[in-house]
Amino acid sequence: MNGGADLGGMMGFGPVVQEDNEPNFHHVWEERVLGITVALGACGLWNIDQSRFSRESMQPADYMKSSYYQIWLYGITNLLKEHNMISETELESGQPSLPRVAIKRMLLPDDVMPMLMAGGPANRQEQTAATFSVGQQVQTINAHPSTHTRLPRYARDKTGVIKKIHGVHVFPDSSAQGLGDAPTWLYQVSFSATSLWGEDKNARDSVSVDLWQPYLKALT
Amino acid sequence: MHSHDDDDHSHLTDIEARVRALESLLSEKGYIDSASVDKIVQTYETNIGPQNGAHVVAKAWTNPEFNTWLKNDATAAIHSLGYTSRQGEHMVAVFNSADTHHLVVCTLCSCYPWSVLGLPPTWYKSPPFRSRAVIEPRAVLADFGVEISESITIEVHDSTAEIRYLVIPERPENTNNLGETELAKLVTRDSMIGTAVLDKLSATS
Repeated sequence: MNGGADLGGMMGFGPVVQEDNEPNFHHVWEERVLGITVALGACGLWNIDQSRFSRESMQPADYMKSSYYQIWLYGITNLLKEHNMISETELESGQPSLPRVAIKRMLLPDDVMPMLMAGGPANRQEQTAATFSVGQQVQTINAHPSTHTRLPRYARDKTGVIKKIHGVHVFPDSSAQGLGDAPTWLYQVSFSATSLWGEDKNARDSVSVDLWQPYLKALT
Repeated sequence: MHSHDDDDHSHLTDIEARVRALESLLSEKGYIDSASVDKIVQTYETNIGPQNGAHVVAKAWTNPEFNTWLKNDATAAIHSLGYTSRQGEHMVAVFNSADTHHLVVCTLCSCYPWSVLGLPPTWYKSPPFRSRAVIEPRAVLADFGVEISESITIEVHDSTAEIRYLVIPERPENTNNLGETELAKLVTRDSMIGTAVLDKLSATS
């Protein structure tokens, strides 16, 4: 979706501001939001792409002025509401009223380390050969889906070169809609800075973007 | 909104109150165990951080076999050191050199190699970095006090998929006498994102 999260190339946000010796969390609630979000993954009711789509669905003006953990809180609350696990009334009153829904499992303390260490690999078994090869010129599609996509606006309808073939990975555009993994080839595609941003950029510079096969067309 | 420094729990900010209500409802309903939440937070506060990535870099500098492995299959090389955790399932290492400087960003969210760098700093997740790194990387680097000559190629890596990028900075000069453990201490988090270079000065200071 062309939402507030798709920031590449926007202007006017000012300088990058660093904080010396920055802690991981600035408030206790931020720790809890991270931990709750990660722990709820074990419920098995949504995947990482649905989580990302939930966060990027925030109203763009709100998204751009919210902190990372405010966005995470919005995202997880949204998912919980969608799955009838929490209601706004409950959050306001602190009193549970909705019936409990079935979950795959609740993450127990002893399962935390194994779960974190195992991660959630996104690669899948290859079923077909890759369409594109390293060094090949490709063109990205011009598409503006209202659903989740990982083809940033700045890289649409552009010409680039396949730099690396990463393998077959879950396709977020499908996965985020609950339509299954639809695994497909994932490539690292390199775009020259001048092709993305204009002739006044340094012709040596490039931006590489990881793109799935459905985003790409052979250049004819 | 009240100050977050306010210790008086009767003056919780709106967001603090909301997160407390959320956690207590989720626990009561049996969707989460708060002890698991504690453990997740504790893991990222103590076990998983940039020291992991620094170990990878120092090994790459000192062990040619590992260096080659890291170039060819960073996932396997990094996992062999025990750094297998989430947001590090699929790794690519990019090596800075005399003619190329690498910079990592995630314009669409805040994808970051948690397994080797820990949780990302606020600036990495914020609009100024995410919007500008791809369009004006040299200006972004200038914000970090890093000047890259116009004759050096800058390769920006936008982390749009589940591949996580680790920058292997150039080994500082005058460090030939140092071993892996000492070298690891010189490797900063920012040098592994590409927003810092390790210069001679920092190596000898």
